[in-house]
Amino acid sequence: MSITIDARGVYYRQLNERVREAIRSGETSIRIFNVTGQRYIGGGLQSPQVTITVEGVPGENMAAFMAGPRIEVFGNAQDGVGNTMNDGQVIVHGLAGDVVGYGMRGGKVFIRDDVGYRVGIHMKGFMDKQPALVIGGCAGDFFGEYQAGGCLVLLGLRGEGRASVVGDYCATGMHGGVMYIRGALRESYLGKEVKRFEMEDQDAARLRSVLEDFGSTFQIDEDLMDFGRYHKIIPVSARPYGQLYAY
Amino acid sequence: MSREQFVRRPESYGKDISACGVIGLINHDGRRVDGSLITRAMRNMRDRGNGLGGGFAAYGIYPSMKDLYALHVMYDAKSDARDLETLLDGCLQIHQAEEIPIFETKKIGSHPYFKRYFVSPPANRPADDGDDDYMVSLVMQVNTQTQHAYIISSGKNMGVFKGVGFPEDLSEFFRLDEYEGYIWTAHNRFPTNTPGWWGGAHPFALLDWSIVHNGEISSYGTNRRYLEMFGYKCTLQTDTEVVAYLMDLLVRRHKLSFEQAAAVFAPPFWKDIDEMDEKERRIQTNLRMVYASAALNGPFAFLLAWSDGMIGLNDRVKLRPLLVGTRKNTTYMSSEEAAIREICPDLDRVWAPQAGRPIVRRLDDDPVRAIAE
Repeated sequence: MSITIDARGVYYRQLNERVREAIRSGETSIRIFNVTGQRYIGGGLQSPQVTITVEGVPGENMAAFMAGPRIEVFGNAQDGVGNTMNDGQVIVHGLAGDVVGYGMRGGKVFIRDDVGYRVGIHMKGFMDKQPALVIGGCAGDFFGEYQAGGCLVLLGLRGEGRASVVGDYCATGMHGGVMYIRGALRESYLGKEVKRFEMEDQDAARLRSVLEDFGSTFQIDEDLMDFGRYHKIIPVSARPYGQLYAY
Repeated sequence: MSREQFVRRPESYGKDISACGVIGLINHDGRRVDGSLITRAMRNMRDRGNGLGGGFAAYGIYPSMKDLYALHVMYDAKSDARDLETLLDGCLQIHQAEEIPIFETKKIGSHPYFKRYFVSPPANRPADDGDDDYMVSLVMQVNTQTQHAYIISSGKNMGVFKGVGFPEDLSEFFRLDEYEGYIWTAHNRFPTNTPGWWGGAHPFALLDWSIVHNGEISSYGTNRRYLEMFGYKCTLQTDTEVVAYLMDLLVRRHKLSFEQAAAVFAPPFWKDIDEMDEKERRIQTNLRMVYASAALNGPFAFLLAWSDGMIGLNDRVKLRPLLVGTRKNTTYMSSEEAAIREICPDLDRVWAPQAGRPIVRRLDDDPVRAIAE
C-alpha cells in the first residue's frame, strides 16, 4: 500500500503526524514531495517494512532516533541526519550538513556528496548493532570525533586536488570502531588517539558489500574497490582518557 | 529609553527547539527586489526564533536620496522626537524628515515610534573629519546621550527595520513589500542571554555596515572595551552590536581587506599559522597580535552587508550552520538550505563554507565564476 503526501505549506508537526497515521493504517510506502525544511521526518519511527521517499530538502534531524524504516531523499539534507539513529537506512541523493549520524548506534546512512562538520561523532556499536555511515564526497573537521564503534567510510569522490578529503581533528578521541578514508589524507589532521594502517584483506572483504550497495544505489561509475587508496584508521588505545581523572 | 517598555513576553514556553536564523541575498546585476521575497524565505525558518526579535537590512531602497545619509530613528514615543530633532537641526542639514510608514497589526504589540531623516553633514563644520567620521560620532552621541531615542541605521541608500516579533510579522508591520533592494539580509531571533527588546534585535548597523548573526559572542566584554578606545559605544545590549562597529574600525578606518577582517574575527589557530609560508605567517601573526581584542570568541554564523556586497562567515570550528547557494545573478546565504529553496527552488550550486573562511560576494562579482571557497 502506498500513499503520497504534498508537504507544500504543511507544518512539520502535521506532516509527521500524517506519516505516523499512514503507518498506523498499514501503509508501507510513503512518498512526500515539496518538502522544504520540515524537521524530524522519520523521527522515532520503528516499522522496518516502511519506506519513505522524500523529494525536496528535509529539515533538521531527519531520521533522529529512527529504528527501522528506510528513507530515501532526492535532494540535499540539512543538519543532524540520523541523530542517535538505531536501525533502518537513510539514503541521500545529494549533500548533507553538519553532525550527520551523531551518536548513531545502528542502521546504515549513505550520503552521496559532501558532508559538513562533526559527522559521525560519538558513533557507537555493541555486539551485532554496528552502524555504518558511508559518505561519497568529502567531510569537514571533527569527522568521527569520539567514535566509539561502528564503521565510518569516506570515499572522497570529486575531492581530487584537495590536500585532504577530510578536515582537521579527524578521529580525535576515537576509542572504538573503524574508519576507512579513501584518497588524500593529511596525517597531521588525525587525532593523537588513532593510527593509520594499510588495508588488509579482511578490511576489503568487510567493505566490499557495503561499497557495492553504495555504488549501485547512486549509480557511481568510478571503481570504489581500489583498496590501495584507502586508509584504515583505528584507535591505538581503548581508553585514551582512562587515566585522566585517576590521580 | 526604558528598555523594558517594549519587551514582550514569549507567547509560549512550550517550544522545544531554537536557534537564530539568518538569510541574505545579493543580486550581482543590481536588480532590485521587494522585501516580500526575503520575508517568504525567512518565514520558512520561523521555528529558529521565538518571536522575541526579527529584522531586515535592505540596500538600494532610497535611490532618489542615495547621496544622503538615511537615519532610521527609534523613539519611545512620538512626543520624544522633538528633543532629538532640535539636536539634529543644530549639527546636520536635514533634507527630508518623515515617519517610517507602518501597518498596525495585532501580531506586533506595543511598539516604538519610527522616523527617518535624510541628512548631510553641514558644510561649515571643521574640516578635519570626513563625513563618515562625523556621522559615526553623531550616532554614538545620540545613542549614549539622548533620552528616548536610538539611531538604528545611518547608511546611504539603505536601511534597517527591526523589532520584537517574528520576522514575517515585522515585515508586514514595516511594509517591506513597498521597498526594493539589491541586497537583503534578515534575522530571526531567539535571544539567549540578553533582553528581547526593539533596539536589541538584529540587524545592527553603522553607516552602511549591517550584520545579522546566529550565535553568541562571548568576547563581547573585551570587544566592547576595545571599541571604546576608538569612540564606539555599545548601547543596544546585544553582543552582535560589536561586529558592526568592528567592521567600521577594521575596514573603513584601518583599511584591512575583508579577508583580513575575517581573519581577525575568526583567527586561524597558531598551529595552522605555523604551517603557512613566511609572508602569510607574518601577516596572520601580526593580525592576531595587533587585533587580539577584536577577535570574536564563541559560536557564530553571520552575514555582513555593505553597499557593495555581502560576506558570510563562520567561527573557526563551525559551531553554527551556514549554506551558500547561487542561481544565475544571485547569491544566497542562509542558516538552512530549505529557506533558499523556498524562494529559489532551482539552484546552480549549493555548498557549505569552511569554518573561519569568509565568503565575500561583491555586487559586480560574476556568480557563475564562484568557486568552492
